[in-house]
Amino acid sequence: MFSFIIRRLAVAVPTILALITVSFVLMHAAPGGPFTNERNVPEAVMENIEAKYNLDKPLWQQYLIYVGNVAQGDLGPSFRYKDFTVNELIESSFPRSAYIGAWSFLFVVVFGVGLGVVAALKQNRWPDYTVMTAAMTGVVFPNFVMAPLLVLLFAVTLRWLPAGGWEGGQVEYIVLPIIAMATSYIAQVARITRSSMIETLRSPFIRTARAKGIPRHKIVLRHALKPALIPVVSYLGPAFVGIITGSVIIDQVFSTGGIGQHFVNGAINRDYSLILGVTILVGVLTIVFNAAVDILYTWLDPRVRY
Amino acid sequence: MFFSDKHAGMGELADTLAEDAYTEGRSLWRDARRRFMNHRAAVASLVVLALLLLFAAFGQYLSPWDNESIDWASLPNLDEDGLPSLASQHYFGLDPIGRDLYQRTVQGSRISLMVGVLGALTAVVIGTLYGAISGYVGGRTDAIMMRTLEVLSAFPFMFLVIVLMAVFGRNVLLIFVAIGAVSWLNMARIVRGQTLSLKRKEYIEAAMSVGVHPFLIVLRHIVPNVLGVVIVYATLLVPEMILFESFISFLGLGVSEPYTSWGALISEGADAMWTAPWTLIFPMLMLVLTLFCFNFLGDGLRDALDPKDR
Amino acid sequence: MAMLEVNNLEVAFDTPDGTLQAVRGLSYQLEAGQTLGIVGESGAGKSQGVFALMGLLPDNARVNGEVIFEGEPLLNLPEKRMNQIRAARIGMIFQDPMTSLNPFMKVSDQLIEVLVQHKGISRKQALQESLQMLEAVRIPEARNRIHCYPHEFSGGMRQRVMIAMSLLCRPRLLIADEPTTALDVTVQAQVMDLLQELQQEFNTAIILITHDLGVVAGSCDQTLVMYGGQMMEFAATRDLFRDPSHPYTKGLMGAIPRIDEQMDELVTIPGNPPNLMNLPPGCPFCDRCPVAEPRCYHELDPPERFGAERIRVCNLPREAIR
Repeated sequence: MFSFIIRRLAVAVPTILALITVSFVLMHAAPGGPFTNERNVPEAVMENIEAKYNLDKPLWQQYLIYVGNVAQGDLGPSFRYKDFTVNELIESSFPRSAYIGAWSFLFVVVFGVGLGVVAALKQNRWPDYTVMTAAMTGVVFPNFVMAPLLVLLFAVTLRWLPAGGWEGGQVEYIVLPIIAMATSYIAQVARITRSSMIETLRSPFIRTARAKGIPRHKIVLRHALKPALIPVVSYLGPAFVGIITGSVIIDQVFSTGGIGQHFVNGAINRDYSLILGVTILVGVLTIVFNAAVDILYTWLDPRVRY
Repeated sequence: MFFSDKHAGMGELADTLAEDAYTEGRSLWRDARRRFMNHRAAVASLVVLALLLLFAAFGQYLSPWDNESIDWASLPNLDEDGLPSLASQHYFGLDPIGRDLYQRTVQGSRISLMVGVLGALTAVVIGTLYGAISGYVGGRTDAIMMRTLEVLSAFPFMFLVIVLMAVFGRNVLLIFVAIGAVSWLNMARIVRGQTLSLKRKEYIEAAMSVGVHPFLIVLRHIVPNVLGVVIVYATLLVPEMILFESFISFLGLGVSEPYTSWGALISEGADAMWTAPWTLIFPMLMLVLTLFCFNFLGDGLRDALDPKDR
Repeated sequence: MAMLEVNNLEVAFDTPDGTLQAVRGLSYQLEAGQTLGIVGESGAGKSQGVFALMGLLPDNARVNGEVIFEGEPLLNLPEKRMNQIRAARIGMIFQDPMTSLNPFMKVSDQLIEVLVQHKGISRKQALQESLQMLEAVRIPEARNRIHCYPHEFSGGMRQRVMIAMSLLCRPRLLIADEPTTALDVTVQAQVMDLLQELQQEFNTAIILITHDLGVVAGSCDQTLVMYGGQMMEFAATRDLFRDPSHPYTKGLMGAIPRIDEQMDELVTIPGNPPNLMNLPPGCPFCDRCPVAEPRCYHELDPPERFGAERIRVCNLPREAIR
């Protein structure tokens, strides 16, 4: 088990390196540097600026410096916000996105699995049809559709909830973002859980459990749930990425001041170090999460041994 | 012996079995088509999608306006004159700067559908080739290819595409390529899985033992059997691609004027929803309807072509 | 009164393509401590008949008839009561131990679960009892292996684990649904020996389902022959083998290859197993029966009792079969 974790992380390193390299290449492949749009600046000042950002050194040196910095967790200075480093910008905004993202993820797992199990147990009866129709609807309402729709309904028309803002993350400010974020993933998880649970319940070992006189609810919880969750866990990786990606939209629509807004502004303003720093951060999170999912697999399925 | 005088030997048994097997034979594709037709939602979706295609292709001829010019007459009183109406022939109303929303939606449909289908096609071609080669060749090549796939899977592609957009400008062609190029991973994995299980089947061994060239084996035996799975997942990829493109466009990083797509329209609609909610609703409806239909279609195809997956 | 009485058991399934008649007119009795073998081809309804006893049929099954176990009617009991009976009074082991044991749970948990559920003892105590039972079925190093997963055992050992699991609560009746079909022949013999030993020790009655006449000959006091969901013949095993009184039974006996005689061809029963959706109203065997009469298609006489507790279900008299 331990060696498996080590091996898993060992694969992660070249991945992160590849990511950094790609980011670096993109950064410098852009036509014109990050400062070409500046108003006419005197030559000497421009030289100083370039020296500060290491832009006067040969490319390979810049690469090594960058990699070295990233390895130490330093993502460099922002090219747009002159007084801030990328780290500072991320630190001020990431916690908010993480907060909303974590809650969304929790809802996705709890409601998605819960609804899926209910639908499976009451297969082809009313609860099943209701849940599955709701799920199909949820799947086709992605976060960037859900978000403005929720605002339209709850903020504009009904005026029950605020249309945006953070205000320290109070409930009424994060409710809509979380719903917008989580809905389509809850729907998908519910669908996967349902079909997986139905299939698991048809397995021979469930019949054995029944023959042992174990009551229905214990069979579902103790015998069927673990194997049924395996396809769900496979989906959690992409769901996680989706939630992180979605936070970009949620930020825009709800103005929560999370990392998404910085990212989009950075993209529009060509603040390369910022957008690449965020990309690397997201990449690292994804890799860590995927490794965690793989480890979760071995707990769920004892036949899988690395 | 009780039965021996009835000539109940093995020869007769073989004949009887062969007879019965013959009556059961039926083409797989015909079976699939029957199963598909039974899936009413899928058939309905197919019809709706066909209508949608017609809308995107020819819808512009149904209204006298076009997607760029501004209706100056209605501009001063947008709150009232901008509402959807049949009288003014602004079927979907006006957008915040006075352009006909119907025409804009038609154009948006064109772009979104095109990106969706072309992107899915790109992903299918790249993914199928990659997966089939990796699965068929096996061995070290397979291991290396799969490792690479794993590494690529960890890349936050949405972010990278946005970076690409920021770096290289917003080129429609670039969008096609970028989207397709990042989405082939899943398809590759699926095709590889299918190829691996097919490789072990006896009829492949039989073909190989008779001396059929590997290329022909791939073409005649592997491809048709992989086709079923590919079709299902390709159909489910199209909505993913549409979503992907809409996502970037929503952020303002996708297609640029004068082109537009559902994502961009939804974004504009979201900005204007306080005063002109129809600008949000119409493009949103189109997007959601399309996604619905593709999902049902994918479900129907999956039932038809891979029945154990119910 | 017999421990188990089955009268006219019928099992049918509602399918989108019509009604599938799996079992009809099944009647037999079983005394405590005895072994009954139910033989027949695949699809003969052997398993469905016993699933009906245990209430393990799927939702689209319709069951008719009467089953009385130790004086209590078993069919259509409320689930709660049925759960009390399962494993505690009637145990069951299934055909393929690889898929019949939960691959995601440790063997210890699967064993302990039964005891905790039915005897209400603590997990620690349950573990001790489970260990004893594993030793009784001769699992080597039970103390260590009990905490392993099913896939870490060999096929034969998995079946022993199943047997152990089914006997934990000392049920009065054990139903074994083709317990050796998925095993190698040598392992088969071991498992059958084990079953017989345990039967002696715990005085459990056994219903053994199999398509293998050899297994039946070696271990069952009585045998029931089924075809197309219908009971064909029931007799003490010795009587059945020595003097079969039904055309189908005769056909089965005749089809067994013999090593002590010269044979030029393998003998079979011509024809195919019946289509359970489309059974003749009379005898399901009529189209393959060498002595069938036209009326056999339309009607089947009620069971005929004769000799020492023998039953046969056939339109033709015994003499015509010799």
